[in-house]
Amino acid sequence: MTQANVSSITDPVAITEAGRKENITTFNDKDLVLEARDVSVNYGEKLAIENVSIQIPRNSVIALIGPSGCGKSTLIRCFNRMNDLIPSATVTGEIIYNGTNIYAPGQDATEIRFNIGMVFQRPNPFPKSIYDNVAFGPRINGMNVDLDEVVERSLRRAALWDEVKDRLKDNAFSLSGGQQQRLCIARALAVDPDVVLMDEPASALDPISTQAIEDLISELSSSYTIVIVTHNMQQANRIADYAAVLMAGEERIGRLIEYGPNSQIFDTPRDRRTEAYVTGRIG
Amino acid sequence: MARAEFDRDLSQLEAEIILMGGLVESAIIGAVEALSHRDLAKSTRVVEQDDRIDRKESEVEAAAIELIRREAPIASDLRRIMATLFVASELERIGDYAEGIAKISLTMGTEPPLKELIDIPRMADIALDMLKKSLEAFVEKDRKVAMTLARSLGPADDEVDVLYDTVQNDLIELMKVSPTNIERATYLLWAAHNLERVADRATNIAERAIYLVSGESVNVGA
Repeated sequence: MTQANVSSITDPVAITEAGRKENITTFNDKDLVLEARDVSVNYGEKLAIENVSIQIPRNSVIALIGPSGCGKSTLIRCFNRMNDLIPSATVTGEIIYNGTNIYAPGQDATEIRFNIGMVFQRPNPFPKSIYDNVAFGPRINGMNVDLDEVVERSLRRAALWDEVKDRLKDNAFSLSGGQQQRLCIARALAVDPDVVLMDEPASALDPISTQAIEDLISELSSSYTIVIVTHNMQQANRIADYAAVLMAGEERIGRLIEYGPNSQIFDTPRDRRTEAYVTGRIG
Repeated sequence: MARAEFDRDLSQLEAEIILMGGLVESAIIGAVEALSHRDLAKSTRVVEQDDRIDRKESEVEAAAIELIRREAPIASDLRRIMATLFVASELERIGDYAEGIAKISLTMGTEPPLKELIDIPRMADIALDMLKKSLEAFVEKDRKVAMTLARSLGPADDEVDVLYDTVQNDLIELMKVSPTNIERATYLLWAAHNLERVADRATNIAERAIYLVSGESVNVGA
């Protein structure tokens, strides 16, 4: 575990006094980087998640957990307007990033996605060289930077540099699945984001690659805020500072039922449904 | 319900603790009776029976480790397994106190009793009642009931402490009367001290029972 993890468990300074007592933890405003306020998402007629309000403190790792179909992926896609790409999806409520509602008129979704990057379940490198994958964002963003330097720095941060430094011109598809996923993380980091969203980034990987991704997440959490969807409870336990539990009742509408430090969610959950979920008795 | 096998194994683990509690209870009863009635054969049996308690502790430990390895338990499941390990260890120590009293009895041999034992058996009765209640609290799933049971140990522990003080004072008085009393009085003091420790261990188990249902660390005696 990183120092950030340990200190936030022993001394979660960012949590408000009121937040310590509630099932849904809240933080001091100055510590927030991202916040969902009363967010609901419809896919056509179907309400997928309802009135989700959650605060994401800076430089922390937040795990979104819950049974299949509870709306974790729907929620994480709201954080950088990925739901815009799904024609039937409508989002209500606000997503506040550094004080601004990213869904407000006039907000540029592409720019938002540079600040709030995303890594998907299956590695999705472009059919280009390793170098060009990482350089892609800075290039299309017209960033006035030394590309060689950005590529090296991003690959180093993604813990991939040593494995690929002699083959940067090779096609990204020549890499293993785990390496491809770290390449996708390097690609997300190349545009210098604030927040990295990860939707089950290790679920398609073998245990060694999974370990590499987990180590990387812990490493990155000192400089970035990471929101991660995971089905793996032990993984959430290992890498996250805070865990948010979403659950859909019989009407299959996802709601946030509990959110707090790992010590709350995985040791002494306050909601019986959280207890039942984390101990494997539902879901 | 999901995890039916795990739930069965957790119940089995709990049953082992109750069984171990029964063995420990018999050991204390036997040790104190043997001491009161100068029954050396009985004292020997208590000493011999302690191996069974030690074995039971090892079995509980092995079963708990297997469950942790197999099920990667968290939240109340993890608390339950950790509490079980803790309780097994406390019971093993209570077994040692019984063995200690039996050995004191054997050391005293056929020497005539110093006085009729009244307060020491009384201490044993209260300590055993505390042990029983602490184990009931430990297996009780209802939070309120478990808390009430566990908290009832506080006053009982105070009672045991008062009796221990009385025994101590009485025995010191006897020592002052005649140096020939010193050896036997010292033995009885050890026995009383062991029983006082039994009550403390029962209190520890009760505190663990509260932790189990609430996740809170509470000092029952305070």
